[in-house]
Amino acid sequence: MDERFGLALVGQSAIQKIFPNHWSFLLGELALYSFVVLVGTGIYLSLFFNANTGETTYAGSYQPLQGVRMSNAYASALDISFETKAGLLTRQVHHWAALIFIGAIVVHLARVFFTGAFRRPRELNWVVGITLFLLAIVNGFAGYSLLDDQLSGTGLRIGYSVLISIPVVGTWLASLIFGGEFPGTDIIPRLFVAHVLIVPLLIMVLIAIHLAILVKHKHAHFPGAGATDNNVVGERLWPTYTFKAAGLFFLVFAVEVALGGFAQVNPIWLYGPFAPQNVSSASQPDWYMGWLEGALRLMPPWETRIAGFTIPNPFWAGVVPPGVLFGLLYAWPWIEARFTKDHAEHHVLDRPRDRPVRTALGVGVLTMASVLGFAGSDDVLAVAFNLSINGLVWTFRVLLFVGPLITGAIAYKVCLELQRRDGPLVDPVLVAQASSNGEGGGGSPGKVPPSPEPAEPVPADP
Amino acid sequence: MAEGSVPPPRRQRGERFPAALLALAVLAAIGFAVTYLVTSNNTQLMGLFASLGLLAIGAGMIVWAKRYMTPPHPEVEPRGRLASTEDEVEAFTADFEVGEFEMERRGLLTKLLGAAIAATGLAALVPFLSLGPKPGESFKKTKWTNGKYVVNEQNERVHTNQVGTNAVLTVFPENEVGNALSQALLIGLRPNELQVVPGRETWTPDNVAGFSKVCTHAGCPVGLYQAQLGYLICPCHQSTFNVYNACEPIFGPAATPLPQLPMAVDTEGYLLSTGDFSDPPGPGFWDQDRPG
Ligand code: FES
Repeated sequence: MDERFGLALVGQSAIQKIFPNHWSFLLGELALYSFVVLVGTGIYLSLFFNANTGETTYAGSYQPLQGVRMSNAYASALDISFETKAGLLTRQVHHWAALIFIGAIVVHLARVFFTGAFRRPRELNWVVGITLFLLAIVNGFAGYSLLDDQLSGTGLRIGYSVLISIPVVGTWLASLIFGGEFPGTDIIPRLFVAHVLIVPLLIMVLIAIHLAILVKHKHAHFPGAGATDNNVVGERLWPTYTFKAAGLFFLVFAVEVALGGFAQVNPIWLYGPFAPQNVSSASQPDWYMGWLEGALRLMPPWETRIAGFTIPNPFWAGVVPPGVLFGLLYAWPWIEARFTKDHAEHHVLDRPRDRPVRTALGVGVLTMASVLGFAGSDDVLAVAFNLSINGLVWTFRVLLFVGPLITGAIAYKVCLELQRRDGPLVDPVLVAQASSNGEGGGGSPGKVPPSPEPAEPVPADP
Repeated sequence: MAEGSVPPPRRQRGERFPAALLALAVLAAIGFAVTYLVTSNNTQLMGLFASLGLLAIGAGMIVWAKRYMTPPHPEVEPRGRLASTEDEVEAFTADFEVGEFEMERRGLLTKLLGAAIAATGLAALVPFLSLGPKPGESFKKTKWTNGKYVVNEQNERVHTNQVGTNAVLTVFPENEVGNALSQALLIGLRPNELQVVPGRETWTPDNVAGFSKVCTHAGCPVGLYQAQLGYLICPCHQSTFNVYNACEPIFGPAATPLPQLPMAVDTEGYLLSTGDFSDPPGPGFWDQDRPG
């Protein structure tokens, strides 16, 4: 093989790659490994699932639904859950892996944001990452909407209504995607193709780009232990990093299988087949849809009419907030560079405390999203704690705007306090540049002399 | 890498733990396969063995890496430069300009090539219109027409005496059971409490009113009825409609009332519609108020 491809040379440079060591750098890996689990379990499930809306009468082993008319899609999802051996296990592992996948993406995104890892030269990889986040949400929603149970039908109904609320093109989009009116018979097979082929393919391509850019840039690292903008300090790809990363993959897989084995998730047999005139109250979407659901619930009953045309309420609550959020996320590296006038290349990460304004902003946005998420369960909360829905809605409306101010201010104060405890304010970039003067960036990776204080905080200039 | 070729005895002892973990993984894998083969479909037991095995492999690898593969000091690699040097940029530009020059020299061909590719790309999008019909009347009109019998979910005609005071019943136009946009709710009204909208005086025969069941917010079926208050509540985002006041929204995000179904009774007392809903039912859209 080597004679044909010269593998030794490529391999040599690859296994010498250095990966910095910090727990927060594993968050993206959690997402990656969950995606691997999703693909594996998804392939198994796709061999049994029948994405067809033709009607059948259920004759499986789940008694309460025997004799009920339902779609083939829902019936095959029931069969996976009750008839196929290891089917329920795989289905639940798949669902848990999806919940963890998106969760890990959010936390990874937060890490990248709070440490300024999106700054030059990593702006484009940030854009790739945000797109992956978006696709993950889309595919999660498509996945649980496929099964044609009452919950998924309700979610699709709301999605359809949000779609037609878009000015000018809304009804066209809805008609093309659903093949006509809601619900129609086209949407389930189309969602299936999107869920198992189109979106996963896009995700795979983008993951490949995400990682290729990462390899090209080399991983950013925290200040301290000799880390500068001109080097990478950490462990070699082979064997140390490989073993730890592969070990982590198996741990992630283990947790997801344990959840799939013991924690029931999306028990579709309890929801029944979808019929447009039925709805189960207190039906809750998957967690990553909660903030959208919350926005729909908190929106006051406004509808805009201009010159005989209507902009319906769901547009303001269901299209504008995610549009604004993702718009800001995409543009953030350039927005921040504009304010800080910092267009330099950075490989040493910020500690969140050293960038109090950015940290406060991030905390504020997370607070907003959480308030919306809780608002998405206001009916459940009302029943559980015996509160009035009206009171809850108003509380959440106030919290939505006051909450971020409070948590943002607290985050800002905490940053300053932490800085004060560090002693004299240290700009990690300056320290990094100062300490990089000594090293000229030698040839192959060498060893750094043990730093007296390898961990943060960065020691001030002696 | 930093390991000597002859492991000292201390390391031998340290090997036992990861070895036990990896051996456990082998046993767990066997346990999983056996569970699959011999039990009927024991999700918990299969999950237990599978997760135990995966956990053991993961832990084994990490323990191994921590004990034997971690160098005493972190290692350092230079980052190198990301941007190209001026010479490299120049060399590239020079090579590139050979082709660019040719394209500039034949400007007409270049422009036509661009136009050809753009036109082909746009033309390739047109077939996607096959995905669905042009949105039209179906967004505004339902299957209710003059003289359609009102039926329940079993497609049986509904008599007014089947809808007692304060009762609700989900109905459809005859032979259209399950039609999402046509679904309606019959409500047994308490006599003389309804504030009648001018023009709808005859729409509630025998104190039975019909309203669209499709929430005007985001289309969920408005399924909960608080009979004493006369409130219809949508379970999705809690929009609440006051039945006795023309189903005007009084809470939640819905901005428009549930449209009313004009009804009459035939000679035997069976309900039928005398036309379509008072307004297009369901959630709003851009040109909902435009004729046709
Ligand atoms: S769909 Fe009825 S309140 Fe939103």
